Amino acid sequence: MNGLALFPHSPSAELASALRSAALEPILLTTDDLDKTDEAANWSLVIIELGDEPLRRLRNARRLQDDTGVPIILAVQKDQIALIMDEGMNLADFIVLPAEPLELRARVRRLAATLTTEEILRYRDLELNTATYQAMIADRPADLTYMEYELLRFFVENPSRVWSREQLLSKVWGYEYYGGARTVDVHVRRLRSKIGEQRAAWITTVRSVGYRFG
Amino acid sequence: MTADKQAEYVLQTVAKRGIRFIRLWFTDVQGFLKSVAISPAELETALTEGMTFDGSSIDGYARVHEADMIAKPDPTTFQILPWREPDGVARIFCDIHHTDGTPFAGDPRNVLRRNLREANELGYSFYVAPELEFFYFADSGPEPKVLDHGGYFDLTPLDTAQEYRRTTIEHLEKLGIPVEQSHHEVAPSQHEITLRYDDAMAMADNVMSYRLTVKEVALAHGIYATFMPKPLEDHDGSGFHTHMSLFEGDQNAFYSADAENGLTPTAEAFIAGLVHHAPAMTAITNQWVNSYKRLVAGFEAPIYAFWARNNQSALVRVPTIKAGKASSTRVEYRSPDAATNPYLTFSVLLAAGLDGIRNGRTLPDELGKNVFEMSASERTQLGIRRLPETLSHALDELEQSELMNQALGDHVFDWFLRNKRKEWDAYQHHVSRFELERYLPIL
Repeated sequence: MNGLALFPHSPSAELASALRSAALEPILLTTDDLDKTDEAANWSLVIIELGDEPLRRLRNARRLQDDTGVPIILAVQKDQIALIMDEGMNLADFIVLPAEPLELRARVRRLAATLTTEEILRYRDLELNTATYQAMIADRPADLTYMEYELLRFFVENPSRVWSREQLLSKVWGYEYYGGARTVDVHVRRLRSKIGEQRAAWITTVRSVGYRFG
Repeated sequence: MTADKQAEYVLQTVAKRGIRFIRLWFTDVQGFLKSVAISPAELETALTEGMTFDGSSIDGYARVHEADMIAKPDPTTFQILPWREPDGVARIFCDIHHTDGTPFAGDPRNVLRRNLREANELGYSFYVAPELEFFYFADSGPEPKVLDHGGYFDLTPLDTAQEYRRTTIEHLEKLGIPVEQSHHEVAPSQHEITLRYDDAMAMADNVMSYRLTVKEVALAHGIYATFMPKPLEDHDGSGFHTHMSLFEGDQNAFYSADAENGLTPTAEAFIAGLVHHAPAMTAITNQWVNSYKRLVAGFEAPIYAFWARNNQSALVRVPTIKAGKASSTRVEYRSPDAATNPYLTFSVLLAAGLDGIRNGRTLPDELGKNVFEMSASERTQLGIRRLPETLSHALDELEQSELMNQALGDHVFDWFLRNKRKEWDAYQHHVSRFELERYLPIL
C-alpha cells in the first residue's frame, strides 16, 4: 500500500522479514522525520516498533498521534503487551512479534481499506494496487504484463457492463495502437489463462458485441 | 499507453517480485535463441538506452568492423520464467539496433516488423496460429531412442510423456501463451501442442518461448526434446503447420458469407500468392539439409504446391470452420518444419500472400484428389509444381526471387544464401550410411 510508514527506520530482523514476506514496503522514518509534521500527509498508516526502547518509542507514538492524527500500529514483543494496555492511546491496532506475514498484511490491509480505498481495487480475491501496479490473486502475486494489468484494471473499475472491442481498444490501449480489434481478444485470452480456470469466467464474452467483467 | 509507463511497470515488477536476473532475449538469423543476463540494477539503463554487445559473435549479425550492436528490450514482452520461479529469473525480448539507434536489418524481429508494417499500410493485421510438433528422446545422442510406441491420440499407459506435456502447458499458460490443445502425434514419442492464434510478432516470440519451455521441461525430467525436422526415417517428421488470417479491424478479411467456398477475393488472392511463391519460400520455411527428408512422399508432409479445402496432402489448406465461427476462417500452410525461424517464416508467408493481393493473382483450381496417384504429366498439365527436393534446389529458387529478397532485406537474404550454401557443401562431402549399405557390397 502507499503511505505506509515505519519507525524506527531500522526495524528488528523479524519485523523486517515479515514486512518483506507480506510484500509491504513502508517509507522508513528517522527520529527527525517524526518532527516533520508537514510530511505526515504522505503517511496514511505508521507502524512503530517498540523494540529495545519501548518507553521512548511510546512517547514518540503518542506525540506523532497528537500532532498528526495518523493511525498507528504498534509492533510489540509479547512481554510488552502490558505496556500498551494502559497507555490511554487510541491505537489503530497492534501486532505481536514474531508476526505471521499474512496476519501483518491482513491487519495493514484492513486499516488501509478504510483509509486509501482509491489505491487498492478489489474484486473477489483479486486485488490491484494502482500505485505499484501489483496484482494479487488469492494473496499471491500474479504475473501480468503491463497491458494485461491495464485491461484487468479497466474491467475491475468498470464492471457489469458490456464493452465493445473498439471501446476497450480506445480506452485501454489508446488511439495510437495499430494492432486492430483482435488484439483485445488476444489479451483477454492471455488474461484468462493467467488468472486461472475458475476465475476465467469473470470475463464473459458477449457474442458479436464484446466483453463484460463481473 | 506510453513506453515510459511500460518501462516503469517492468521496473516496479522486478523490484516487488524479487527478480535477480533479467535475460535479454533475441534471435539469430537461423532462429537460435540468444540470451544475455543482466542484473536489476542494469535494467533501467537497458530499458532507456539498450545494452551494447558484440554482434560479430552472433550468426548472421554484424561483421567484425561493425561489431557493436545494441539490444533494446521491448517492455511489453517482460515475463517471469515459470520454471525458474524460485530463483527470480525473468525474460524480455529485444530489438537489435546499430549504435546510432537505427534498426538492424539482420534482426529477424525487425524483418517481421517491416513486413507487418506493409500489411498495416494495406489496412490488415496478420494473425497466426502454429501447430508445433516435437519428439522426446532419451538423450541427444546420434541414435534417437524413443520413449514409447504410441500412436495418434494415444492415451496412457502408452503415452508416458503425458506428464511432461502437461507441465509444459502449465508453464506456457503462465508465460501468457494460451494453448489450444495437445496430443500424442502419429510417430512414436512425437507430440504436438497447438497454440491459440495471436498477432504474428507476439506469436513469433511465443514460438521461441515455446521451444525453450519444451526443452527445459524435458531437461528437468532427464530426457531430451528435439525440433529436428525428420529424426526418424520411417516416421513422420515434425511440422510447423501455420494457420493464418488477415483482419481488417474487427472483420476477418478471408470470410465471405456469399461465396460458395466461403472465401473472399482477398483470401483467394492470398492463397494464390502462397502457391505461386511456395518454391521460393521453401528455403526459409525449411532451412536445414534434414528439412528435405521430411518433404517426401508417403508421410503427412506436402510436396506439391496446390491448395484444397480438405485434402491432407495439400500445401495450402482451408480448414472447415464451425457454423457461426466466421471469424475463424483461415488458411493453413503445411510445409514449414518445427526447426524454422518463426520470424522469417511468418515474414515470407505474409509477403507471398500480400503479393497475391497486390497483384490480384487468380486462385488456381482446387485439387480434391490424391496428387500422389497422378502421373507426372497430369501434374504438369494442371500446373502443379513440386516443392524443391533439396536444400540446394531451394536455395536456387530463393536466389531467383525478388519478392523474397525484398521481404527478407538484403542483409538477411545474402547472409542466408551464403551460410546455407556452406551447409549444403558440408553435407555433400558426407558419405552416408545409405551409400555404404547400398553400394559397398555391389560396386
